[in-house]
Amino acid sequence: MRWSTVVEFCGIELANPVINASGTFDAIAARRVYGDALLEEFPFSAFVSKTITLEPRAGNPPQRIWETPAGMINSIGLPNKGLEGFVAEDLPQLAALPVPLIVSAMATGREEFGRMVAALAEREEVAAIELNVSCPNVHSGLIVGEQPTETVALLRALRPLTEKPLIVKLTPNVADPASIAVAAEEGGADAVSLINTLKASAIDPATGEPGIGVGQGGLSGPAVRPIAVAQVRAVAAAVEVPIVGMGGVCSGADAAEMLAAGATLAAVGTESFRDPRAGIRIAAELSERFSQASQAQPRL
Amino acid sequence: MPEAAFAPWGRRLCEVVDSRPSGGYRIFSLLDPEGPEPLPGQFYMLATERGWEGNGGRPFLPRAFSVAEADPAAGGIRLDFLIEGIGPGTERLCALDVGERVWVNGPLGNSFSPPAELAPGAAGAILVGGGIGIAPLALLRRRFAAGNVPTRVLLGFRDAAHSGGLDDLFRCCEVGLASDDGHLGQRGYVTDLLAAMLAGDDAGSAAVYACGPPPMLDAVALLCADRAVACELALESPMACGFGACFGCAVPKPGGGYLRLCVDGPVLRGDAVVHGG
Repeated sequence: MRWSTVVEFCGIELANPVINASGTFDAIAARRVYGDALLEEFPFSAFVSKTITLEPRAGNPPQRIWETPAGMINSIGLPNKGLEGFVAEDLPQLAALPVPLIVSAMATGREEFGRMVAALAEREEVAAIELNVSCPNVHSGLIVGEQPTETVALLRALRPLTEKPLIVKLTPNVADPASIAVAAEEGGADAVSLINTLKASAIDPATGEPGIGVGQGGLSGPAVRPIAVAQVRAVAAAVEVPIVGMGGVCSGADAAEMLAAGATLAAVGTESFRDPRAGIRIAAELSERFSQASQAQPRL
Repeated sequence: MPEAAFAPWGRRLCEVVDSRPSGGYRIFSLLDPEGPEPLPGQFYMLATERGWEGNGGRPFLPRAFSVAEADPAAGGIRLDFLIEGIGPGTERLCALDVGERVWVNGPLGNSFSPPAELAPGAAGAILVGGGIGIAPLALLRRRFAAGNVPTRVLLGFRDAAHSGGLDDLFRCCEVGLASDDGHLGQRGYVTDLLAAMLAGDDAGSAAVYACGPPPMLDAVALLCADRAVACELALESPMACGFGACFGCAVPKPGGGYLRLCVDGPVLRGDAVVHGG
């Protein structure tokens, strides 16, 4: 008997526990490259969009990426069409994907965040909303996701605007990520996802200057996985809400590690750059592990 | 040229069927059992099956390479790549032995356009290549030859030790040559040869196709703009994925904003690129 990998996440049934990390897979571009084969074998059980903002953004000047040992630094700068452009142009295409859609949103204040969440709440194509809180609040100047008080206040402001699940994406660049997770839960978040990238820089030996154009960026890839596992464990010990665990997941064994650390879902990010079908491979490897484990220890 | 076919969904392992030195660089050949046949200008993301992440965790990301030759062969399509070992990824690829396997994702990106599509009066082509950038022009020259497009080739190299691919990829055709030290062809830049050619009376009947280092591409675009000659440039950029996922290969657009070179290029019209940046 094949072990079922179906998992429930915030009331959404997913075929397996493997989704993508926001900003690491552009399903619209991938369909242009690979055609409908992408839809026939879609690599994730839910699709998380690249982060959108209220107004369009061009993104950061090059150089945007820098390879590091077992990972990479990126500073992309959230290029996107803005809420209006996203809803008009991208949403219809993302609605055609064979899996539930989670839209990642970022704003620079509660009011702006509120306008985005309210707009997304009206769209039936959107199954859940991920809040990217690694941004400054224009009023306080504080990074929302680095302050428990800012996080709880933001969630309290947004919670009444939608019944759709709200997932808070946690930054790893704080001393105590669990305190932010607790604040998110207290404010009414349905789930948390972690980790976002770690602040990082590298010097180009050819120039003596930072390899990333804007000086620094975020580190991802297998290099960060042990940090992610530690933070997922700490958050899992502190909150009841489900966790999306990510950070260097490259294999079924890595995904199993995230789940063992306390995550309900594992998200694949940088590995999709190297292997576009990484999500399919990881879900299959995970299923194989479940199936072997279930044969070894039959459940009653 | 036909529209680019979809790439097979995902990466696949292809066997190395040949690897040989070429003028200081290396050319290796892969047998791609799946296809489709690439168009000139298209590229592949490559990573070796073994020994990637071998040395201190690098290379980690696959590397983008234009395809230099593509020929139907027994069991698939033979793909040739021109490589200069300048970092952990290219050095690993240069060390490939026949029989090893390489992860291949592609063909990716767009391709060069026929002259008539670039400019109504253009019937012929001038190909301008610099250094390792001659690779995609080799395939383009062969496709133009097969399509009876009159084609002239101008290539520039630093010196004879950095002239990889010249003899292998451009044999059986006449090539205008320039090198920094004068040991290959005329002393100077390949753009000097282009300037002289564009000063001729028939410049307006040709379109220019260029690939090489950024200063060379800037100079080519300026020369072409001066003479109102249409041109297409194949650009290079650091790239993590090659299929639009990472947004790493940003290229500034003249009106502001950025293109993703992997899905909007790598071939761009000369006036679609900000020069001298």
